[in-house]
Amino acid sequence: MNPLDRYESLVDDVDAFRAACDRPLPSVVRTNRIAATPARVREAFDEAGVAYEPVDWHDGLFRLPDGNPGGNWPYVHGWTHGQEEVSVLPALALDPQPGERVWDACAAPGSKTTQIADAMDDEGTVVANDNNLGRLSALRHNAERLGITNSIVTNQDARNFSTKPLAFDEFDRALVDAPCSCEGTCRKNPDVLDQWTLDHVHAVAGIQKGVLARAVQATRPGGVVVYSTCTFAPEENEAVLDHVLASEDCELVEFDLPLETDPGVTEWDGETYDESVTRTKRVYPHRNDTGGFFCAKLRVGGESDESGDAVDREVAA
Amino acid sequence: MSDDARSAEVDAPTNDGQQFDRLPATPADREVEGRASREEVLDWWEERFEIGREVFAEYSFWEKGAGKVWIFNGEATDPSEVEAVGMTFLRTRQEHWKPTGRAVSRFGARATKNVIELDPEQAATFAAGDDQDIPEWDGDWGYLIATHEVAGESVPIGVGLYLYDELRSVVPKGSRADLPVVE
Ligand SMILES: C[S@@+](CC[C@H](N)C(=O)[O-])C[C@H]1O[C@@H](n2cnc3c(N)ncnc32)[C@H](O)[C@@H]1O
Repeated sequence: MNPLDRYESLVDDVDAFRAACDRPLPSVVRTNRIAATPARVREAFDEAGVAYEPVDWHDGLFRLPDGNPGGNWPYVHGWTHGQEEVSVLPALALDPQPGERVWDACAAPGSKTTQIADAMDDEGTVVANDNNLGRLSALRHNAERLGITNSIVTNQDARNFSTKPLAFDEFDRALVDAPCSCEGTCRKNPDVLDQWTLDHVHAVAGIQKGVLARAVQATRPGGVVVYSTCTFAPEENEAVLDHVLASEDCELVEFDLPLETDPGVTEWDGETYDESVTRTKRVYPHRNDTGGFFCAKLRVGGESDESGDAVDREVAA
Repeated sequence: MSDDARSAEVDAPTNDGQQFDRLPATPADREVEGRASREEVLDWWEERFEIGREVFAEYSFWEKGAGKVWIFNGEATDPSEVEAVGMTFLRTRQEHWKPTGRAVSRFGARATKNVIELDPEQAATFAAGDDQDIPEWDGDWGYLIATHEVAGESVPIGVGLYLYDELRSVVPKGSRADLPVVE
């Protein structure tokens, strides 16, 4: 069975959805502003005769119609990082600020960690965690290539992450870019559709709930947690949020993304979810000609402690 | 005497290759034999490349593994049992200290000494990891910052070792690139 069949009831234009899922995606790079401006990257591409197209909703992204994102000087200099368009969304929703303490719970190979560090102007601390040591070495390579100096890399199961090795025990923001069934990446890697099983959906949903709950616990009152996946499965999206809304002190908040999205669904397969999951965002491939994606933004409950403002916090140098 | 007291007396602190330890501020603060101090690291960059101490004022320096120094811009405890803090920066505990290519890529644009500007062909050769003869260089021998021009500005590519008229590319294997020559 093709898992995309089961999502037809969720989309308005089934033919457009299926057609988009069948088209391959172009290579895309994101500008690493720690090293260069988008204008500088464009100049370097022009000089070298590298073909590129801008992405209208993000000035730091370039589509490379000829592929080979690593075969040019801007890449060698760490000015660019190959990253799918939709993959920049969760860090935009997270909106990390210079000087803050940020946790990237499932971080490898580091596309979003490096984007977070960039948004923080490489100031403050981003803790990049993953339970897979091999994938962490790819993350370290990427972080070094992009010249990131404010990251700490840890190798823990995010479900029982311990802040003991850190200089603090609460984060201002956390990102859970969860392991998932990945149908949203089918335009890049059609194999994901053949490998899909419902058993895996249920197994990975358990991990997602555990990691998201821990992220809420590890974030200070008033802090932000973003949850993202590249699956369309409500079991791994709205159902995970519904679970964590019930078990942890947090709420879903409205937020903006710079492209066209659909609201999260409140019913699926005989289950109903908390009304507020309509504040989550689904990105279908046919809407913006991208990969598929899901993104939710949570505010952690309790009084926020304004004196703990990251901007005033003295960084132990 | 208890065993604990004895070992405390006999064993001076040593370098534990498995964990990150902060560099001592000055040579006088040094407890671990052979460990570089922050002062010496700052002096070295100033002396070798004329990159001012103020550039690194906000960063902390850490050693993990023999002589590998890391640069970090966040908050950390001491010692910190994690996989990485910041990025690799400098190799010490050897006669000639060697900056990492990443450090040079990140901070090398500020250098005004021991910088060798490569033409487009030389730059492509260098990035591919190949050695080349550049007899016209009349500066110091040793580790140099290799740069080239990209759209009107000089950009560091990495670290080269200059010896006997030859520039050896020490670009690590994983970072070598086969690039077209951009004139
Ligand atoms: C979607 S990928 C993350 C992609 C990454 N955020 C990026 O942008 O490059 C999910 C990651 O979660 C990791 N993972 C799976 N289970 C985990 C767990 N229990 N704790 C921590 N990481 C986990 C996987 O190893 C994988 O690297």
